[in-house]
Amino acid sequence: MCSKNCCTLRLISLIPLLSLLLFTVALPAAEAIIKTTADHTKFDELQQTFKSGPEVTQACLSCHTEASKQIHKTKHWLWKFTHPDTGEELGKQTIVNNFCGAIETNYARCTSCHIGYGWKDNSFDFSAETNVDCLVCHDTTGTYKKFPTGAGHPPYVDKPFPPKSKKIWKAPDLSQVAQRVGKTSRKTCGACHFYGGGGDGIKHGDLDSSMTNPNQALDVHMGTDGLDFACSTCHQKEGHDVSGSRYITQAKDKHGIDIPGRDDNIRSTCESCHGDRPHPVTVNNKLNDHTSKIACTTCHIPTYARGGRPTKTWWDWSTAGRMSNDGKHIKTKDAKGYVNYVTKKGSFEWGENLVPEYAWYSGNIRYKQLDEKIDPNSVVAINTFEGSYDDPDARIWPFKVMRGKQPFDKGNNTLVTTHLFGKDSDAYWKSFDWNRAIKAAMDAGNADYSGEYGFIETTYHWPLAHMVSLKEEALGCESCHAKEGRLSNLSGFYMPGRDNYYWVDLFGWLAVLGTVGGISLHGLGRLLSKSNRR
Amino acid sequence: MSQIYYFSLFERFWHWSQAILIFGMLITGFEIHGTYQLLGYEQAINLHTLLAWVLIGLWLLALFWHTTTGEWRQYLPSDADSMMSMVKYYLVGIFLGAPHPFHRKRAEKHNPMQRMAYLILTMIISPIIWVSGILYLFYQYWPLIGMSSASLGLVAAVHTIGAFAILSFIPIHLYLTLTTSEEPFGYLREMIVGHESKRG
Repeated sequence: MCSKNCCTLRLISLIPLLSLLLFTVALPAAEAIIKTTADHTKFDELQQTFKSGPEVTQACLSCHTEASKQIHKTKHWLWKFTHPDTGEELGKQTIVNNFCGAIETNYARCTSCHIGYGWKDNSFDFSAETNVDCLVCHDTTGTYKKFPTGAGHPPYVDKPFPPKSKKIWKAPDLSQVAQRVGKTSRKTCGACHFYGGGGDGIKHGDLDSSMTNPNQALDVHMGTDGLDFACSTCHQKEGHDVSGSRYITQAKDKHGIDIPGRDDNIRSTCESCHGDRPHPVTVNNKLNDHTSKIACTTCHIPTYARGGRPTKTWWDWSTAGRMSNDGKHIKTKDAKGYVNYVTKKGSFEWGENLVPEYAWYSGNIRYKQLDEKIDPNSVVAINTFEGSYDDPDARIWPFKVMRGKQPFDKGNNTLVTTHLFGKDSDAYWKSFDWNRAIKAAMDAGNADYSGEYGFIETTYHWPLAHMVSLKEEALGCESCHAKEGRLSNLSGFYMPGRDNYYWVDLFGWLAVLGTVGGISLHGLGRLLSKSNRR
Repeated sequence: MSQIYYFSLFERFWHWSQAILIFGMLITGFEIHGTYQLLGYEQAINLHTLLAWVLIGLWLLALFWHTTTGEWRQYLPSDADSMMSMVKYYLVGIFLGAPHPFHRKRAEKHNPMQRMAYLILTMIISPIIWVSGILYLFYQYWPLIGMSSASLGLVAAVHTIGAFAILSFIPIHLYLTLTTSEEPFGYLREMIVGHESKRG
């Protein structure tokens, strides 16, 4: 009898605890709701079954009337950048890189990362508002994925990719996705930017899928156990434009901290939040003095590709096209399990926890144009940049340098574009005939091709700005101020600890040794003469 | 009979604190120069900078003391003849047991060569180090004083040459002060307690 009462009492005493528990569990959900003023699940426009991406965009535009017009002006849409100083047409539309070459004739594959629908050839309508893909950036469900060869469309029915494989690319429920749109996130931006070059981490080295949910050690800003920044926390402007383009990098932000209402409000430089003298003043103020010549990233990104995903460091197209004895495609992996040969693409090398390469950089990058002459006897730099010790706008920046071998026009001594992807027999991935693939792409782009190709080694510099480490992990002085430090290759300036003048040191030590020797002899002489006198 | 205090309490304090500071600056300075690794570059820089400020403070104090007491006259150059006799003594006489050519007084406590050596040290070598060192430290602000096109390497070289001069001075100084006194380590005793042990 008593025991029953006791039990009840105990249960009653648990009620406050239980209710507290329930309350805490319910709290995050409640918070998530109050962050926005619009619940898209309640919008009439979105209560329909969408058959395609453009249909969703149509619905979006019925409220967000200016969104597509804004997107139309951006690099995300145009893949084009006219350099204000040189007038050169840059951007993905024209640049030849040393990954998959160029987008010319390969549109449907490359434009699976375009912020639009249907860019499958030169006839793409850049003025159509419904061609803008809202969902790829604003999806919050994680179910919306552009199909790799869909020219920007997601699959509308479940399809395998790679073709004929067992990996099924699921068609998203467009109504569900549309009703749950939200702000961009590391996941939405990363869907393209983490996979540049054709796969996870291939291109940048400081951007890969490990940055979707990094910890602070991997990226101090985006770490989910810390500040949990989205990409747009820094890369934000107005009207769907995004700041922080590489074509003109702000290598040194002399403006310092940006204050809303007073400043340009572009937050994509370190200085726009941290200022240009961010370190606590100690007995020496050298760290703050360094900001005029050393980019923040140089010390604060001690290594890159350190999230457990490798980045591609070498891509040799000259070995592509090999088949096994029975005529099948070859695929081999290195000791770590990373693919180091595929018939379609040639040989690769990968790296993790890589030490960046360093160079003076004023932010002005020059890209090798398709019609520009190259020296066939040397390594061709696809991009070069201005900057030196004497340039007040330049600082020492860290880079990932992508190296590889790619086809070039042996007769004209120019780079070439290559038609890799397509169902036609000119496509390299069908015929494995470089001559046809080059001719097809060059013809399509109205570029001159001599008909004779070779392979040339190229470099492509990628400035590093992500995977900023915890400050405890930042480089110390001796990483550079040492005889064989990280900056041992940079010239044109005197760096204490690394440099000295041979003659100064030689005569200096001779003087010291000379005095020691002199007084030793003098003292010895005195001792001898003293004993003689006795 | 009262003993002659050649070195006042302040001078002894000045001498020994300066000695410690200079040794510290040499040790950290040559690490910064890249000659060896000991404390780590950042620690070396921190200590070198800190010691520099302390040394500058000490110098200002010493400058004040020397001007107000008139002791700066101890460092005025002697006439050429007495200088030459000192040189001769160190080159010849000292080996033959000749008597010391210089007769020490309270108002002239340093022999002619000492006076010259300390004058060169304080008026030539030290200023070279101070000026080059301060320029080195405030490298960032050169454009403000119109030095934007000057070479850090040149300043560093001058600073290093000064450091080698000091480093060369130390063995000579130690040798002469420790081995040439009448009683063993008499000068060392003087610099510690201020006076000789007994009247000569």
